[in-house]
Order: sequence, then structure tokens, then C-alpha cells
Amino acid sequence: MGTNLEEQFQQKIDQEIKIEPKDWMPQKYRHTLIRQISQHAHSEVVGMLPEGNWISRAPSLKRKVILLAKIQDEAGHGLYLYSAAETLGISRDEMYHQLHAGKAKYSSIFNYPTLTWADMGAVGWLVDGAAIMNQVPLCRTSYGPYARAMVRVCKEESFHQRQGFESLLVLSKGTDEQKRMCQDAINRWWWPCLMMFGPPDDESTNTIQSMQWKIKRFSNDELRQKFVNMIAEQVKILGMTLPDPDLKWNEEKKQYDFGAINWEEFKQVIQGNGPCNKERLDARRKAWDEGAWVREAALAYSEKKSKQS
Amino acid sequence: MMTTQEIENPLIKFLLHLGDNALIMGHRNSEWCGHGPILEQDIALTNIALDQIGQARNFYQYAAKLILESSGEQLTEDSLAYLRDSWDFKNCLLVELPNGHWGRTVLKQLIVSAYQFCVYQELEKNADKQLAAIASKSLKEITYHFRWSSEWVIRLGDGTSESTQKMKDALDAIWPYTNEWTNFSDYELNILGDSHLTIRENFEEKLGAVLSEAGLTAPTIAFSQDGGKKGNHTEHLGYILAEMQFLQRAYPNAAW
Ligand SMILES: [Fe+2]
Ligand SMILES: [Fe+2]
Ligand SMILES: [Fe+2]
Repeated sequence: MGTNLEEQFQQKIDQEIKIEPKDWMPQKYRHTLIRQISQHAHSEVVGMLPEGNWISRAPSLKRKVILLAKIQDEAGHGLYLYSAAETLGISRDEMYHQLHAGKAKYSSIFNYPTLTWADMGAVGWLVDGAAIMNQVPLCRTSYGPYARAMVRVCKEESFHQRQGFESLLVLSKGTDEQKRMCQDAINRWWWPCLMMFGPPDDESTNTIQSMQWKIKRFSNDELRQKFVNMIAEQVKILGMTLPDPDLKWNEEKKQYDFGAINWEEFKQVIQGNGPCNKERLDARRKAWDEGAWVREAALAYSEKKSKQS
Repeated sequence: MMTTQEIENPLIKFLLHLGDNALIMGHRNSEWCGHGPILEQDIALTNIALDQIGQARNFYQYAAKLILESSGEQLTEDSLAYLRDSWDFKNCLLVELPNGHWGRTVLKQLIVSAYQFCVYQELEKNADKQLAAIASKSLKEITYHFRWSSEWVIRLGDGTSESTQKMKDALDAIWPYTNEWTNFSDYELNILGDSHLTIRENFEEKLGAVLSEAGLTAPTIAFSQDGGKKGNHTEHLGYILAEMQFLQRAYPNAAW
């Protein structure tokens, strides 16, 4: 019986038929998805913090509005993704508790600080850019609600990436200080962005099963390579450089070769030792704890009202 | 450093007043972005912040145009927002007060929205076409802000005993900053004429209705805080501007 269901399930996947919430699915598929979607949702919400750091200091009203709207989009992505995860039988509150308890992960990139205004451009261009690389294939992922959420998310992410690039373009044509700011931001964000694709394929434990279930469609290294190829070209338009002496076009492979990634740094950040891990988690916990009386009051009020009607 | 203190034209002063209210309110609202108690409400308040900053831009752009016509000085929405000091700002004091907790924030928002609704409703009929157009566009947004903040004030006022107490305390703390809105300055009276009486009446009525549904009573106060419309502010505004204007001040004449 069990094998039969599993065979039917795999057949559906192989035929590109989407799995829907009420369909039978292996426990491990369900758990893998809950982990992945909730991690993604947390990343959107924690990701609001480093950019939120510059809202009050945005250098023009136009930039302030663009930044606010961008961060608001990320909150929206968090909402879609939490809802998608809820269809698998976990509540949003439970996911929050996992995050606040330090049990759930979120993208390591958001544990880096945003130090100058140029970081807003670099985050849009590189971080949202890396996110799109990861996420465009997820628009065809096998779980229906996740795939549909990703379609909406990806449209907005590519808009963010263009806005980020445009804001760096302005800096790159600005004063000497602005140019320096632009290059400095690229230098600081480049390597952490390459880490966003996860460990190299030969060390990535989840990849094979996830590929078979079509939760993932490309390996970490494939996606990372595509990202490097794209950014290595775009950075030329900015007249800036990437901080990698080994970055070089490889005519034979038709791709850019690039230098070794510091996986020790990645491991440290994942384990909680990045520059801002503590601040990010503390900020989320604080928002949650200080909002408790608000949520209780809202609930009490709506219960009162439903009794009255 | 630029200053708009010699400006005598009441319309320009009034536009700066309306723009400053919106900008500083939007600034305070935006401090919640990423820190709200409920994700949906984080989004809602950010929306309000975006609307407020958008309104400020419209008022500043129009003020800049009138300043150019009257004095030949080239100003922009950004020089008005980023290069004036606190004595040039004409916003009411309430908007610059710190947010405090969520309940205090929505109460502040309620008062501001009630006022903006009433004043834009009258300005929509103003003979100055551009002012009327900005007011009319803004009124649609404010209608939502007012409904959203009313719902929250009622919910928290009539929620748990803890939330009721918090709202009472918040109301006591900010009520002295309420009269300033309808304590009209010369430049407002010049533009509003007799409609200022309607605004005052509607404002008190609108606000009173929500507070009573929330089970809250406005405290009797022996004094009111004001001065904002003339450029006498609280200590808070200087810090808001220090933060907001940092890049424009640190890198003069750079384009962003
Ligand atoms: Fe996002
Ligand atoms: Fe994302
Ligand atoms: Fe984004």
C-alpha cells in the first residue's frame, strides 16, 4: 500500500502534475517543504531589518518611498510564504516560535550589517539578484501552493533587483565619495551573496532527494555559476569590480571561473556567529513580545463582537 | 543654509505646514516598518507612511513652484525636506512625538487622520486648483487611514483590561497636543477663511465619536502644547531631522 502511494506520487511528479495540499504525500516530502518554505518566509521577514536600518536616513524622498515600498513587498512575500507553509499543516505562530527559539534558519545573508547608503543598492542588486536565481526555478516546483506563491514573489524580486542596480548606477556616476561607497558595498556583499546558494554540491545533503521530488530543479553550484556569470557582466556597466582576483572568463567552458569561497565564514554565520545574528533575532523577538498585548486585545475584542452578533 | 523664514506668502506657509505634518508623521510611522506586532499590520502602517510621505512630496513640490515664482529661488521637494532646520518646520507637535507602543501610535494616527480628513475636505473646494487637487487625492488615502486607526483605537480601548489601561494612559499623555490642530495660525486662517469653523467642529465630532465607541474619555486639561506652526518645536524634532538629513548634510550637492 505504502509503496503504491509513493509510486503514484513519484509518477505525478515525473509528469509535472502539481501536488496539492489535500493530496497524499510522503512525510519526508511534507517536512522538507515545511522546512524550506518556512525558512524562506523567515528570510523575507528578517530581511526587512537590514534594509529597514536605512529608511529614516534615505537621502531623498523618492529613495525613501522606493525603499519603504520594497521592504513592504518583502513583508508581503513573508505573508504568501507563511500561508503556503500553513497548507502543509503548520501554523504561522508555530513557525514564529521556531524562529524565535533559534530552531528555524533564515538566509545567512541577513546577518550582515548595512553600513552605508550604497548597501541599499547592493542588497537590491546582489541579494535580491541571488534570490531570483534561486527562486525562478521554484515557480515550477512540484508543490502547487509554493510554486504559485513564487510566481508573485519573483515578479517583485526582479523589480527590486533593477531598482537596486539603478540606485548603484547613480552612485557610480556621482562624486568620488559616492563611487567609493558603491565599490565598498559591492566588496562587502559579494562573497556573502555567493554563499546564499548554499554549500557546494558534494557537501549538500538534501540536494539529491529534493531534485528527485522536483522541489529543487538546479543544484547549488549550478545556480551559483549562473549568478556569477550574470553579475560579472553587469558590474562592468557600473564601472566597478568584483573583489575576486581569480574571476576570469573561461572561453572553453563559456563561463566565469571564480575564486574559493570561505566556507568557514559561512559555517560560523549559520551557527549564529555572524556580525548581526544576535541583533536580528533580538529585533524579531522584541517585536513579537511587545506585540503580545496587542494581539491578545485584538482577539478579545473580536470574540466580544462575535458573541454580540 | 537655506531658510524659509522670510516667506510671508500665506499659501506657501500653509503648504509647508501641511507638507511638514505629513512628512514627520510618515517618518514616525516608517519607524515601525519591520517591527510591527502583526505582519499584516506592519504592511498596513507602512502603507500609511508611504501615503503620508507621498502627500508631503506633493505639498513641497507645489510650495517650491510658488517660491520660484515669487522669489526666483530654486528649491525642490528635497531641499525643503532635507535642508531646513527645525525652526523652519511648521508641523504640529503631535506628529514629532515618539511612537511609544502600538496603542499610542494608532491613537496619534487617529488624531492626525481626523484632522487631515477635515481640512482636506474643505481644501478640496478651494479656489486654488492645484491645492484642491492635492487635497482631493489625499482625501481618498486619509479616508482609509482614519478607518484603520479608528478600528485599532476601538479594538484596543475595548479589548482586554490591560489594553484599555494602556490606551487611557496614552490618551492622557498625548491629549495636550490635540488642540494645536484647530488652534489656527494666521496663514491657515488666510487660506481657510470661515471654513476653519467647520473644520474645528467636524474634527471634534469625528474624534469624539471614535473615542466614545472605544470607551475612552478625553481628559480635562488645563493647558495645551503648541508652537509647532510657528517653528517652536519639541526636542524630538531635532533628532528626527539629524537622522533624516544626515546624507544630504554629509555630502552636500550630491545626487542620489
Ligand atoms: Fe522578497
Ligand atoms: Fe525572497
Ligand atoms: Fe526583494
